[in-house]
Amino acid sequence: MKLDYQRVLQLISGNPQADRAVPPTGYTARLTLFTAAAMAFLAVFTLALSLATGRLADRWSEELARTSTLRIAAPDDQIDAQVRAAIDVLETTPGVAAARALTADEQKELLAPWFGPDLPIESLPIPQLVEIIEQGDGYDSAGLRARLQAEVPGAVLDDHTRWREPLVEAASRLKALGWFALVLILAATTAMITLAAQSALAANGQVIRVMRLVGAQDVYIARAFVRRFTLRALGGAAFGTLLAMLAIAAMPSADTAGGFLTGLGFQGGGWLLPLCVPILAAIIAFLATRSAAFRTLKEQS
Amino acid sequence: MIELKNVAYDYGGAALFTGLNLSLAPGSFHFLTGPSGAGKTTLLKLCYGDLRATSGVVRLFGDDASELDRNQVALARRRIGVVHQDCQFLDHLPLSENIALPLTVSGRSDEADGNLEDLMAWVGLSAQASQTPPQLSGGERQRAALARAVIMSPDVIIADEPTGNVDWEMSQRLLTLLIELNKMGKTVLIATHDLNLIRTAKSQLSARVLRLKGGQLMQAGAEL
Repeated sequence: MKLDYQRVLQLISGNPQADRAVPPTGYTARLTLFTAAAMAFLAVFTLALSLATGRLADRWSEELARTSTLRIAAPDDQIDAQVRAAIDVLETTPGVAAARALTADEQKELLAPWFGPDLPIESLPIPQLVEIIEQGDGYDSAGLRARLQAEVPGAVLDDHTRWREPLVEAASRLKALGWFALVLILAATTAMITLAAQSALAANGQVIRVMRLVGAQDVYIARAFVRRFTLRALGGAAFGTLLAMLAIAAMPSADTAGGFLTGLGFQGGGWLLPLCVPILAAIIAFLATRSAAFRTLKEQS
Repeated sequence: MIELKNVAYDYGGAALFTGLNLSLAPGSFHFLTGPSGAGKTTLLKLCYGDLRATSGVVRLFGDDASELDRNQVALARRRIGVVHQDCQFLDHLPLSENIALPLTVSGRSDEADGNLEDLMAWVGLSAQASQTPPQLSGGERQRAALARAVIMSPDVIIADEPTGNVDWEMSQRLLTLLIELNKMGKTVLIATHDLNLIRTAKSQLSARVLRLKGGQLMQAGAEL
């Protein structure tokens, strides 16, 4: 559809006399402003949620895909030898950038959330963990498992695939749900603005009759309503967007571990995205009111 | 100007009139009389494109009204000044803006500047320019409706009971205004019950009096 800049400019600048033909209706004006503001607020939050979930999915996917863990369970007198053998195997495996055994403190820290900080790890039969950092396209899991089975019988390779995929899938679904919620918010906005416009048109039946009596064309009558609702939606949505952006900006910043809730917000150029919400609301109001106006005018003819 | 040929109109399946013929020639003056419910207002609405005939042909300035879309009807209506029975106004706007409304909706607001004051003086409403319609009396509203009907200098003026809600003196003033417009070359069609009004008009100009009764339109008798 070709954008007619002249008509857009006319809509924005308006015709004060045409606008005055429609009496100010406090109820529908307040309803439209409130709806647009509330929906814009929700839309910005949903947008932030979707973007944050998307980032989370990407991060999980990227970080977990680059690392894997080797778990070595062996009697105390054999554990060091098996760890050395495993690291030798890993260092000669294509696609492995580095491999190192976790220290006792690191293993203790990993278990701390479950057993507390004072766990006597030395006295427990805990397997030794070896962290594997991958490079390039990664290593051949099946080949590595076969070599480890032959040379380090007590080693179990965990390439994170088993629990990475459900996590990434869950995050991706959450992201998709966020976008779906955004679409629902826009659809609900369209419905509410349409209802408000129809209510205003029905309440102004006398205005429409008089305008027609004196020779007003449908487009002239519709424009008076369309411009009013478009500007109300734009103003309300701008207010709602500003509030939501301030609320998001006021949230605690993401911690170093990249916590999900504290990471809710926009990053860099992402802060420009919410600015599309008022424009989108105005476009929706324009199309919804225009459609409602022409439908009503046709019905009343 | 406006021509009805063999026109029929049904209200909910019941024929209000059939085979009706009417021609409004340029500069002519017509009265339309008839009992209440005979269809006078309906006939007027057919003449300014507010209703579509069930059958027959209505021609507005040469165009078949049934083939005009809503926007074309709106354009035709700018050539027809209508004084409605209940003087429909935009009650939130001052009188001056109501009278200038036909110019406003036609994108000719700039023409209102000079003409509006003269027109309001002509109908004797200069002092009421800033008042809203609900603040006016019945006669003032009728005169305002007439002023609004003529501000575009239309070819045809159609008035539905223009003196229905005013006293004798005011009805004479309104008639004088309509006669003046006719003398300027405007075609005038007035629906009225007021036989005195018709007699007064006929004493001043050549007016054709039509009577709508029983679904038939005929020339009124010699008593008028």
